[in-house]
Amino acid sequence: MHVTSRAFKENVRGAVTDPNLRQSLATMKTGFRANRAKAVAALPEFEALRDAGKAIKDHALAHLDYYLERFEERVVAAGGHVHWARDGDEACRAVLDICRAHAARVVTKGKSMVAEEIALNQALEAAGIQPVETDLGEYIIQLRQELPSHIIAPAIHVRKHQVADSFRAHHRQFPADRPLEEPRDLLDEARVVLRDRFLSADVGITGANLLIAETGSTIIVTNEGNGDLTQLLPRVHIVVTSIEKVVPTLEDAATVLRLLARSATGQLMSSYTTLSTGPRRPDDPDGPEHFHVVLLDNGRSRMLGSEFRDALRCIRCAACINHCPVYGAIGGHAYGSVYPGPIGSVITPALASLEEAAGLPNASTLCGRCEAVCPMRIPLPRMLRNWREHEFARHLAPARVRWGLRIWSLAARRPALYRMGSGVTARLLMWLGGRRGRLSWAPMASAWTRVRDLPAPPPGGTFMTRFRTMQGQRRSRR
Amino acid sequence: MSDIARRAILDGIRASLRRGPVPEDTAAVLDRRLRRPEPNVVPAIALGGRAALVSRFLTAAATAAATTTRVAPGREGAAVADFLRAHNLPMAVAVAADARLDGVAAEPMLSVTRRGADHGAPAAEDRVGVSHALAGLAETGTLVLVSGPDSPATLNMLPDTHVVVVRARDVVGGLEDGWEHLRAVAGGDPLPRTVHLVTGPSRTGDIEQTLQLGAHGPRQLHVVLVDDDPAAHGD
Repeated sequence: MHVTSRAFKENVRGAVTDPNLRQSLATMKTGFRANRAKAVAALPEFEALRDAGKAIKDHALAHLDYYLERFEERVVAAGGHVHWARDGDEACRAVLDICRAHAARVVTKGKSMVAEEIALNQALEAAGIQPVETDLGEYIIQLRQELPSHIIAPAIHVRKHQVADSFRAHHRQFPADRPLEEPRDLLDEARVVLRDRFLSADVGITGANLLIAETGSTIIVTNEGNGDLTQLLPRVHIVVTSIEKVVPTLEDAATVLRLLARSATGQLMSSYTTLSTGPRRPDDPDGPEHFHVVLLDNGRSRMLGSEFRDALRCIRCAACINHCPVYGAIGGHAYGSVYPGPIGSVITPALASLEEAAGLPNASTLCGRCEAVCPMRIPLPRMLRNWREHEFARHLAPARVRWGLRIWSLAARRPALYRMGSGVTARLLMWLGGRRGRLSWAPMASAWTRVRDLPAPPPGGTFMTRFRTMQGQRRSRR
Repeated sequence: MSDIARRAILDGIRASLRRGPVPEDTAAVLDRRLRRPEPNVVPAIALGGRAALVSRFLTAAATAAATTTRVAPGREGAAVADFLRAHNLPMAVAVAADARLDGVAAEPMLSVTRRGADHGAPAAEDRVGVSHALAGLAETGTLVLVSGPDSPATLNMLPDTHVVVVRARDVVGGLEDGWEHLRAVAGGDPLPRTVHLVTGPSRTGDIEQTLQLGAHGPRQLHVVLVDDDPAAHGD
């Protein structure tokens, strides 16, 4: 997994000064958040469904080996193949072997975060096979040679005039002066261009939202229909997915489906929920002749035995991302991982390494909104704190932070010293703030004061002294 | 390679769970859970009398931006023709070979090509597709469509306009009821290759989060509900 989170601070600096990105992110509040709130309010059983969903995933994870074996049996019984991959390289190799066996030159792809995680497109291109993303957002970022910036809206950072620029540069078959101002024009053009690719591809690759142990089915949940054309038209359908996606039965899938679309886009159901079981049957007039499932581990079996196990319940709805104030300010690319936002900051260190993901567990205010909206009740703030502890214990935090924390903990454990220190500091800051009550510069806080004033503490002393005075007044009133 | 990886992954899972393979008695319990699936939380919108379910199905489908019409048995063909005329669409339709659609295929106003069975797969030129649903889900206004010799799955996705005929008797409450229909169709064999749960026409919000109908799948979805259930009229 390719991670560039080490450059997090520099990335953030670029992101917060990008006017296009600010405009794009502003739409999130009116879109995803409002729609989710409406859908949740309309379903009285939503909280009960969250409990049920959590219980299902916990049960599946506690018997993950058993359900994966049953899933594999059913896929094989339906005429399909299962390939197990310990890491991204093995998964890419499995996909390449299948493509080579069918002499594939063009591969269409439905949206898959696991494919992003293993950098499948790069592997295909290196092998001389052309991958064509067919989800509109994925197609746009493929043309722009970017990574997704959001797990369900990969091109959320791109404005429509930028899409138009990419289309003009790449779709040379159309008149140069055609109108591309409206989203409708852009969508219609993409539909025409990609329709040809669907019909000519040799292999179709999709991800999976769920794997069903009972039936050996893989399920994708989409709105555009591209995942269906991707898997139905070529001769070969490859599902690239990961081991934690298995649930026991279709009934269990029903619970997850009721949570997924509502948490993601606020729909009751996405336009298409598609179950794929094996290849086409002998008498079927269409559908793929070959069906392969690539099951990726890539650190997940290890996570299962760690304090981060709960994060394996994630159904990739993006609710935590849509509600995160940090994501809302910096967008997805700054995180430097294909999984951004709170869930990304938890799983990226587990799937790659804490060294590579350094900084991510700190990219949170721990406000708790992510946990409040997570349909699977993943304790994201707790896990972010756990990573910070690991970061500190493994001396990965910068020296200044480590020393600062050490001094703070020294004082915090000695109440008298702490009170004295905070009292002196408060008086000093008040004095420095003067009549304005604000400081435009303060020692050790220049990163703050460079962009805004630091408010001086209000008169009346620290919280502790004011609390004591108030208590005294109360007592004397009695 | 896959065999070594398979063993390593399963061993890794077991090491993390601090146990060996699932013990036999646990396996028996899990096996029963798979063979006799139990519903979890079923929301109230998935429950109700026949009339309530059918009307909820039509309302929910319309909320998902499908258009709907309710017709007497035998009027399906006329309903399809009326819809196409009203929307100024071509009268040339690709109709699944499903015998339940013979009535639609016999409609004189339509120019019909059958798809599936001996007629072959749908073509890229098919502008209007007509399919028959296995079931309708009242909970979400969803159509359940299964692939098979006389019901090609690409007919649900390739045409610009998708018309789906569903019988009132096949309208059920929620997903769980839909799964029962599916299991009955499979009859112990693997499920049909492709099961489409279709809720409204295709759409995208990928350009500046502006909702656009008609992405890669059908731009329009029209539901023809055949009123073959007397119980669906008031309860």
